[in-house]
Order: sequence, then C-alpha cells, then structure tokens
Amino acid sequence: MIEVTNLSINYGDNTVVNNLSFSLAQKEILMLVGPTGCGKSTILKAIAGLLPIKSGEIKHQSWTATAKKHIAPEKRKLGMVFQDFALFPHLTVIENVSFRLKSPEKAEHWLAVLGLSNFKHVKPNQLSGGQKQRVALARTLAHEPALVLLDEPLSSLDAALKDELRWQIRSALKEAGVPAIWVTHDQEEALSIGDKVGVLLNGKLEQLAPPHECYTTPVNKFVARFLGDANFIQGEYAKTEGVVTSIMGKSVIHINENLEDNVELLVRPEDLNLQANDKGIGKIIWSRYEGKSRLFLVELATGEQLKVRQSNTLQLETGQNVSIAINTASKLNAYNLG
Amino acid sequence: MKPWPKSYIVALIVAALALFPVGVLFSLASDSSQVFDAYNLEVLVNTLLLMTITALGAILIGVPLAVILTYVQLPWKKFWLVLLAAPLAMPSYLGAFTFYATFGYSGELNAFTGIETPPFDGLFGASVIMIFYTYPFVLLSTRAALSSLDASQVYAARTLGMSLLTSLWRIALPRIFNGIAAGALLASLYALSDFGTPAFMGLDTFTRVIYVEYNAFGLSQAAMLSLQLLVIVALVLYLEAQVKGSQEPPGKHLVFWPNKKQQLLIISGMFPIVLFALVLPLAVFSIWLWRDGLGNFELSYAWNSAQASLLAAMAAMIIALPLAHASLKGKAGKLMERIIFVGFGIPGIVMGTALVYIGLQLPFLYQTLGLLVLAYLLRFLPLAIGSIRTATENLDTSMVNAARLLGASPQEAFRRVTLPLTMRGVIAGGALVFLEAMRELPATLLLGPTGYETLATYLWRVYEAGYFGLAAIPGLLLIFISALGLLLMLTGERFNDIEFNKETQIK
Repeated sequence: MIEVTNLSINYGDNTVVNNLSFSLAQKEILMLVGPTGCGKSTILKAIAGLLPIKSGEIKHQSWTATAKKHIAPEKRKLGMVFQDFALFPHLTVIENVSFRLKSPEKAEHWLAVLGLSNFKHVKPNQLSGGQKQRVALARTLAHEPALVLLDEPLSSLDAALKDELRWQIRSALKEAGVPAIWVTHDQEEALSIGDKVGVLLNGKLEQLAPPHECYTTPVNKFVARFLGDANFIQGEYAKTEGVVTSIMGKSVIHINENLEDNVELLVRPEDLNLQANDKGIGKIIWSRYEGKSRLFLVELATGEQLKVRQSNTLQLETGQNVSIAINTASKLNAYNLG
Repeated sequence: MKPWPKSYIVALIVAALALFPVGVLFSLASDSSQVFDAYNLEVLVNTLLLMTITALGAILIGVPLAVILTYVQLPWKKFWLVLLAAPLAMPSYLGAFTFYATFGYSGELNAFTGIETPPFDGLFGASVIMIFYTYPFVLLSTRAALSSLDASQVYAARTLGMSLLTSLWRIALPRIFNGIAAGALLASLYALSDFGTPAFMGLDTFTRVIYVEYNAFGLSQAAMLSLQLLVIVALVLYLEAQVKGSQEPPGKHLVFWPNKKQQLLIISGMFPIVLFALVLPLAVFSIWLWRDGLGNFELSYAWNSAQASLLAAMAAMIIALPLAHASLKGKAGKLMERIIFVGFGIPGIVMGTALVYIGLQLPFLYQTLGLLVLAYLLRFLPLAIGSIRTATENLDTSMVNAARLLGASPQEAFRRVTLPLTMRGVIAGGALVFLEAMRELPATLLLGPTGYETLATYLWRVYEAGYFGLAAIPGLLLIFISALGLLLMLTGERFNDIEFNKETQIK
C-alpha cells in the first residue's frame, strides 16, 4: 500500500510534478503512462527516494517521507527495475540476485520462476537484453520488497521480446503478491497489463481508473487520444434528454454537468459501421490493410474526417460513397469544444 | 556538497607539483647568457625536420593500414591489428639501438653476411625509426574515425554516381581528417620528446643537446633549451586540443572481401613493417645473446628498474584515486586534472633537468631514489588517472541506486559496487605506470643515484662503450616488458579499447 498526497517535484525552478495525489491498494499493478517528459519516471524516482521532493507526502505502511523528512532509499523496502537493467557487471547472476540475502533460496526460486536457472554462474554481459531484465526482476523480487517500481522495463528491448516479457513480468508480480507501479510510454502495454492505468500530462494525473474505464470513458480529449485512435464529431447536446444530435443521428451519452450546448462526440474507429451506398453521406478517402482488420478514412458531407476500422473482408474503393452508422450499444462520451 | 571535497586538496598539491618543474626551469634559465645562437638554430631545424618527417611518414603508413585493417576482411584480422599496433608499446630507442648496430660498415649485417650497407644514422636514421614506432598513433586514431563512419554515406555517394575511390576521397576523408591529424600530432609529440632515438642516431635535436649541455655542466643552458623545447611541445599540444573531432555514434562501416590474390598482396605489403619494427630488434638481441652470452649483466639492474618503478606505481595508485574523484566532482577539479596532465607533455629529459636542479638546491634529495620516483610519478601519473577515470565513468549511477534500493547503505554500496568496479582501473593504471617507468631512459639517466643502473641506462652505457653485444639481456627484457604493456592494452573488454589508450605512450 502506498499513498501519495500533493506531491510536487522541481528540477531547479522547473516544476516537473505538480500536486499529484494517488494511492495504490494491495497487489495492484498501476501503470503510469504519458508522453515523453510528462514526469512519470520522476515520480518513480521520488517514491524510491532517489530524488528530493519539494512538497507533499509519500506514505507507506512503515514510513512517511516529506520534503523535510527524507527517507534514504535503502530504508524504504522498495524494489526497482531499471530501464538499463543496472545489473552489477562484476557479479554473477546468482550473486546479483542474492545481493543482500543471507541464504540463496529466494534467489534460486525466482531464477527458476523466470526460467534463468541455467544462467546462475554467468556474468551479466553474456546475457541478452531480455534475460538481463528478467535477472533484474528476480533480484528485485528475491529481496521481498513491499512495492515494486518498474521504470520503462521493456523500452530497451526488441519489439519481438516485449510482448512475451511483459506477461512474464506481470505473472511474476502477481505470484509475489506485491503492488507495483510500472511506468511506460506504450499505451497498449499500459492497457493490457495494468489493474489500473494512470494517464499523466505535464506532471498531472489526468485520469486514474481501470484500463477499460480509461479507454471507454476518458475524462478528456487528451486521454481519449492518448489511449487509442479517436474520432470527434460535432453535435448539439440536449441537457434534458442526455442526448447528442449529430450528423450520425441521436446518441445517448454519459451525463456530464459541465457540458455546454455545442459538444464533440468521441467515437472510436471500431464503433462505426460502413456500407457501400451511392447515396451515403460519406466518401472513402483511403483504405489501409492492417492484416486482421482494415482501416478506412471517410469524409463526411460536413467535411469532418473519421477513421473507421472494419473487418478485413470489406473492400471499398477510394472515392466510393458509403453510409456510416454508430454500431455500439453503450453510452458515448462528449466533450466541450476546444 | 557545498564545501570543497577533500579530494580537491590532494589534487591541488599534485597540480602545484606538476607546474613546479616549469617554474624551476624559468629561474634556472635566467642565469644563461645565451638565449639563441647559430648552433641553436641548427638544433631547432633538426628538431622540426625530424618532427615533420615523422608526422608525414606516420600518415603515409598509418592511414592506408587503418583503411585496410578497418574495412578489409583479411584472415586473422585481429592478429594483424595487434601485430601492427605493437610497435606503439615498444620504446623507439630499442629500434634505434638495433638498427644502428645492424647497418653500416661495422654493423652486424656486414659481419654476418658480408653485405655492406650505408650507416644508419643522422636525420635519415632517426626519421625512419621514429616513423616505424609512431605510425600506430595514426593507425589507431584513423581506425577509430573510420569505424565510426557509416557505410551508407559512401553507398549514397556511389548511387549518386561516384566511383569507390572518389567517394572515399570526397566523403570519407574529410570526416576522418581530425582522426588523422590527432594521430599525426601525437606522433609529432613523440618525435619532439623522445631522447633515445636521436641520441643513438647522433642527431642534434633538443633532447640530445640538452643532455650534452647537462653533461658539460651547462645546467642553465640546458634549462634554456628545455624551455625552447617546451614552447614547441605546448604548440603541438594546443593544436592537438583543437582537432578533437565530434564523436559519431558507431554505425555499420564498409566491408571489403578481397580474393586470395589480393589478400596475399596486402599481407606482403604489411610484412616489411612488422619485419623491421618488431622482428629485427628481437632477432638482433637474440643473436647477441647466442653469440656473446650474458656478458657482465647483473640482475641488480633489473631489480633497480623494478624497485623504482614499483614505488612510482604504488604512489600513483594511491594518489590517482582522489585525483580521479576530484576531476569528476566539478570544474575546479577538472582544471587541476588538466594541469596534472602537463606532466605528461614534459619530455623526460626536461623533467630530469628540472629535478636535477631541485636536487642541487635541496641536498637531502640529491641523488636519492625519492627524486627519481617523483620524476616517474609526475610524468606517468596521468596514465593512472586516465585509467581510473575510464573505470568510474563506466559506472552507471543506476547501479549504485539499485544497490541502495536493495537495502544497502551508501557505505555498503561503495564497498560492494563502486570499489570493486573501480579497482580494475586502479590496478590497470598502476600497471601502466610500472611498465612505462621500467622503460624510462632520459630522466633515469639524469636522476638515478650514483651506481644505480637500470635496464635502460645499462643499454645507454653499452652504447657509449660500443660493446653492443652486451645489450642482449636488457634489450630482450625491455622487449618483454613492452609485450606485457601491449597485453595490458589488449585486456580491455574489447580490443577497441586500445584506441582509448593511444595517448599512453608519449615519451
């Protein structure tokens, strides 16, 4: 369990993280995701005690760190997995993993879990990137931390490795039963691995919620765009009915007190249906084959352009007129203009 | 860490010590009546000629070799690279000594085969020797530049219609110019500073004439000449600091696959260099050993060499650690490190002259081992610092962070992570200092206590006495020590590390 309250971090006079608050329950994996420079790695370093904080509080079961009261990293009982692995080059794998352990049992256990038993007596520089990162994870888990911090653990690895390794890391964390904060810039990674996803922008947490909630009901347009392809269609909001009327007809939306009369409706490409129709309101601009699906760009009579993802069997020529419809039964989201 | 780190105090003391010899020379030279005369001009011309010919010759041999050893896939490529870089590890005076003894009317070649060759000495002799032992500077610096040059640029030039040679000339050459220049300047610096080669070849350059003046009790004249030499050295060092090129991230460089015939042609072209620079000295010393036996060689010479060198190496290891720390700590520390590196630029004969004078002023130091060790220390300390710094720079901060997060206190993290990782650098640095000091000639000649003969000074006595055969054992030992030095250069994680050590061989 960790609780961060009103955390602010400065680099010189630059405020990198501003008034951040969140908490993490037992055994959860929190994915912190955001564009480059949003402060996600900085937050991790501050929690680890590697960076001083300007104000706020970081609270753990057994300690509380504030700007005045710094707790040394080694006193925090946290584990950290680094982007560049940070294995000790002069020690063998088993020596790395049991760095501060009295007996090697835990180390052997985690090496076995992560499939590294054959590399015990090898020096880190003889391992591949994926193996190094698994050793680093084994080292962290063997020391039985109360919370694991992962700082872009997959970003220096080949794409082919990433997919498999992310699931290996997730199941190891689940087996250890520790909460984890995992920083990434990859939205797909964030959505698929996390129990919760926190989307950061300029050092502020825009949304913190389970992955499906972040994806289906993003709190603003930034979150909507960051987590996947997004179309915005202009419409008029009828407060009393909770309905937005647009060129696509009437759509029921999640009620939001702050909405004004003119709004933009979020529609994901997979929530739209196309049909060849000479009298349709849309026209195909281009189509891209994606293997398992096909992505179309459709221009509406209003000039708005929409991305539409369809089955790969649908073939439509460029310039072809189409009818377009929203095919989802769930409520949509609308946002104020701008 | 607002107050000065403790390591700064050590750095400051050593930096002051490093500048001290220059100051001594100034005060000593002010007694000299002659500032510059006609003979002086001749010495200057000789020195500059030797320097220029050496630089040009080193480029002429070093650049083609670099192209071949970087781009051409030869069998045993690494073996050739080691072999052709090896002359760098050998002091050129060994080459000068053996060449001088091999050629000419009374040379070994005449004695063995009856083939009379012209004498090998003077400007010609000194230049040839210098080129043979300094071209690796150019070879290595050019190779470093070439291997960081992405092949796609040459490919682009060729798809735009340039021939291979034209595109190398127009695209590759301008980008490796700095690499070549850096190597050539190091070669020049070596030619300026080396004492043994012009001395054996009887060429009156600054280093030789300084020694002559010193022997003629013209210490203040020697100081004046030393200062003049230092001016030229400073100019070359300045130029060298200017050509430090931008380091490009290594890409995939060009590769050529020669056929058997071309391979043979290339290897037979490289063979004479190896023959003259390495095989000839080794063969000549071996023949002497076989013919003349041990001579009057005493084991104490080797022991003396080892004793002074070991003391210098240990002192260097102890002092260099705080110095390396200081240079990483801040700007002032960096500046002090630069000053300490001055010692590296001071030729051995000049350092010797300055310290002899200090010895005369402070009788308790005169003709003591301590003064000799101090000379070694001031000259070779930068080797140890450089070696330690490379080790600490490679030390990632995330490594210490990782140790802390695993629960280690700062002290434990230092003891278990930082120290073991820097220890290699410390030991390697100490070994470098030891091996350099073992082969040092000019400062040892001037500063060695009476009757304190080392391997290098014994070689000098043999030369003066003209009984070359007696040099067999010390010569072979010095070659062996050079081989150890080469080995040390190669024990980096990758062979490419010798490129970073290229500055370690200035005499």
